[in-house]
Amino acid sequence: MIGQLPLASFVGAVEFIFSPQESSVTGGKKVGGFDKSMELLLKHLEVTILALAIALVVALPLGLYLGHRGKGEQLAIGLGNAGRAIPELAVIALVAVLIGVGIQNVAPVLAILGVPPILNNAFVGVSQVDRATVDAARGIGMSESAIIRKVELPIAIPTVMGGIRSAAIAILATATIAPLAGVESLGDFIINRNVYGENGLLAGAILVALLALAIEGSLALLQRRLTSDGLKVKTA
Amino acid sequence: MASVALLAAAGEVGGDFFKERDVGSLCQAQTQHVFCFDWAKENIDRFGQPTVQHLQIVIPAILIGFVVAFALALISHRIRWLQPPLLAATGILYTIPSIAFFFLLLPVTGLGRDTAIIVLAAYTLQIIYRNTVLGLNNVPDSVKDAARGMGLTQRQILWKVELPLAIPEIIAGLRVAVVSTIAIATLAVLISAGGLGTQMYNANLTFPTSIIIAGAIVMLMALAFDAILLLVQRLTTPWRRATRA
Repeated sequence: MIGQLPLASFVGAVEFIFSPQESSVTGGKKVGGFDKSMELLLKHLEVTILALAIALVVALPLGLYLGHRGKGEQLAIGLGNAGRAIPELAVIALVAVLIGVGIQNVAPVLAILGVPPILNNAFVGVSQVDRATVDAARGIGMSESAIIRKVELPIAIPTVMGGIRSAAIAILATATIAPLAGVESLGDFIINRNVYGENGLLAGAILVALLALAIEGSLALLQRRLTSDGLKVKTA
Repeated sequence: MASVALLAAAGEVGGDFFKERDVGSLCQAQTQHVFCFDWAKENIDRFGQPTVQHLQIVIPAILIGFVVAFALALISHRIRWLQPPLLAATGILYTIPSIAFFFLLLPVTGLGRDTAIIVLAAYTLQIIYRNTVLGLNNVPDSVKDAARGMGLTQRQILWKVELPLAIPEIIAGLRVAVVSTIAIATLAVLISAGGLGTQMYNANLTFPTSIIIAGAIVMLMALAFDAILLLVQRLTTPWRRATRA
């Protein structure tokens, strides 16, 4: 079934990323190349960031508030667990049929995949903050919203960021099949394999994997920057 | 062009992507319907085989993932310095989106179920490994000291004291791994590995009933496995019930 050494396939895919290749399927027409790869990469990033932003706006304040009040544990944890069971393929296929195609329809639906981990982790992180610490903050006259912003959130940053990282990766992964719902992304190379051929297929997979690792790495770095120095000493 | 064979194989799947499905006369006049009960009643049997295929991907993947992750956890429990590099390595496998992973392995392992099982097993490693290590590390030193005082060997302490006390964390990890694996296995359709994804992706994309039924089966399967694991946890940790009561 495999007519080519694995290494040769990867070399072909890397060539595809950097310079347009003659695809054996399109009959001489050159496809791929650096410009196309960058264009799709940016579109992939665009839909991912948009969806993540929507998920953050919805889930982060709610999770922090519920965690602060110690209420709605079942909602936050239950949603977190149920969210993992949602099959992405069904979500994308359904949005294309029932809601419509295009980024304005797909981004909010992708955001749904990001809500459970953000909500769940924000709740868990904040509710695990030592109550004595919160009482002390209240005692020195901090308002409830100041307690969330200046005491609970900084302490809960590792957990909160963990949720955001999960959400980002889940959204980025699902954006790969977004071309099924009319949104261009790196998934184009994979889904439209009759245009881009075998090299494109593999190139798409390589670019998606690298993008995911880059996003995960940047968010890990951001988490380190956001974590206060006092906490770093304790965990080290 | 030695790649024609793989391309042809890929085309085979590609051809399935938007293949029109015979929806029958039941709902043809109303394809915009969200859910067509008549069609569901007549066609529920076409979900049997994909459900079995789905399990044939998920169960081996979980078993392999568990055995490997568990072994790695035991090894790095003895040799502590292995923990950070193993966490990082499994973390990378966990971060690579499964769709990308499927196609990265395609030139090596080809289309079909094997590739799906390898990818999903690799995906579970991080969750199971991290939780097992966490569970073992969380066992209080005083408990281990007591066991040592009773004359237990290192091996006995591991199997009779540390691992039983780590069961809640290990099972918590397994639950996350199983539920996500069941959901992600729908993507196996992209590499011709079958499963319930065939009923979402192969289906006529303007006909949501099939997508909804297949999605519901996936979520019910996840729920069922989750419940089974919760039951296993209760049965294997009787002391937790005793203290709680």
